Amino acid sequence: MTKGHKELPLTPVSDTPSTINLTGLWRVVRPVVDLSKCKKCTLCWKFCPDAAIELAEGEPHIDLQYCKGCGICSFECPAKCIVMVKEVGR
Amino acid sequence: MVMTGNYASAYGAKLSRAEVIAAYPITPQTSIVEKLAEFVSSGELRAKFIPVESEHSAMAACVAAQTAGARTYTATSSHGLTLMHEVLMWASGARLPIVITNVSRAMAPPWSVWVDHMDSIAQRDTGWLQFFCQSDQEVLDTIIMAYKACESRSVMLPAMVIEDAFILSHTSEPVDVPDQELVDSFLPAYAPELKIEVGKAMGFGSLVKPDQYMEFRYKAMQGMEDARERILSVEKEFKHIFGREHGGLLERYRCDDAEVVLVAAGSVASTAKDVVDAMRAKGVRVGLARIRAFRPFPHQELRALGSKVDGLAVLDRSYTFGAAGAMFTEVKASMYSLQRKPAVKNYIAGLGGRDITPRTLEKILEDMLVVSKRGAEDEVEWVDVAGLPRRWR
Repeated sequence: MTKGHKELPLTPVSDTPSTINLTGLWRVVRPVVDLSKCKKCTLCWKFCPDAAIELAEGEPHIDLQYCKGCGICSFECPAKCIVMVKEVGR
Repeated sequence: MVMTGNYASAYGAKLSRAEVIAAYPITPQTSIVEKLAEFVSSGELRAKFIPVESEHSAMAACVAAQTAGARTYTATSSHGLTLMHEVLMWASGARLPIVITNVSRAMAPPWSVWVDHMDSIAQRDTGWLQFFCQSDQEVLDTIIMAYKACESRSVMLPAMVIEDAFILSHTSEPVDVPDQELVDSFLPAYAPELKIEVGKAMGFGSLVKPDQYMEFRYKAMQGMEDARERILSVEKEFKHIFGREHGGLLERYRCDDAEVVLVAAGSVASTAKDVVDAMRAKGVRVGLARIRAFRPFPHQELRALGSKVDGLAVLDRSYTFGAAGAMFTEVKASMYSLQRKPAVKNYIAGLGGRDITPRTLEKILEDMLVVSKRGAEDEVEWVDVAGLPRRWR
């Protein structure tokens, strides 16, 4: 139901955080990590613009609910252990 | 105290107890934030001073801190202000009553550090209140009044206090610095209804679909309209406590029974008052209307004036290419609904810091007296341009 201007706050403020927007569906390529080659430098975690990488004892785990598949982690990884793979059949 | 317009700005922000100051240096603004940095480092002002890497970041830091419930201040000039443009829009849309000083300076190229109003005028559609000041005292007083007016529940919009480069920013004048206790009694601490709170998840600046966007813009429009009355009531209260006033939205000087009135903004108004006095002494019926608030624009006040005079000479210290001076366009639009319209002519003068002398203002008023009887050859005239046949000095 559309609210009249008098019922609205001064500026749009939501009480739900933006994490309700699952942006993983935007992805056309998916990062795949070869943990056996990972040097635990955490650069991928630092560079991820969507904070979609979680670290577990220094190793990256990608949260595919939010990862948009931009490929920055793969580009930055000095060990070349992250490859971007086409999403198919989703 | 004897101080420059820039120090008047710094004292205004200090007396208003700004809690976060984010700043990037630019001529001729720098001494404002240098003075504030001194106040903060000496402990005279309890505030967080954030040196940033650009004016865009300065305004972004103010937006963030104000969203968290702090009273914020910054100062800039010219290219600094225009670099802020995007975030200025954010500040008004987010309904954050930030107050800044803009030391109005010409835009380059040609490179210039001297006064004109192009930088400020270019921000007229950002949803900010804009006050053009005439004296150092007015700069200090207007900053305090702007916080109070803008933080009103009915307004909640940001304000730009404008001082002319060098003419005010670097010229020392006697300035009464009010007692902190008096200012505190006039301006209570900033307490917004909505702010970022630790432990309470909220999203600010959310996406709004077409079915609700217009309603938010409508509310911002109402805020700016309500600011008209608020500016006047705040100034009335200020006068009651501090004994000074500066003219509301439109200051009128010797306009009663005037045939022709000069309409201008900024420091040139003080020169114009002397010119009006001198011409009045010779029996010529002229006056001055100083546009103090450019946003909200004093349409009603100008209409009341315009219905009683034969001519309005609108002096613009900037030029909107492909149109005319911005003040002129608005003044002329104000007159449209009048049955008996005065002649209105635009004089473009004083760009890039060129002096507007008493003699030039006298010639403008003399020209307008003729135009109001016989009509104008040109509706917009550039004053004092080398190579043009007409002499203005």
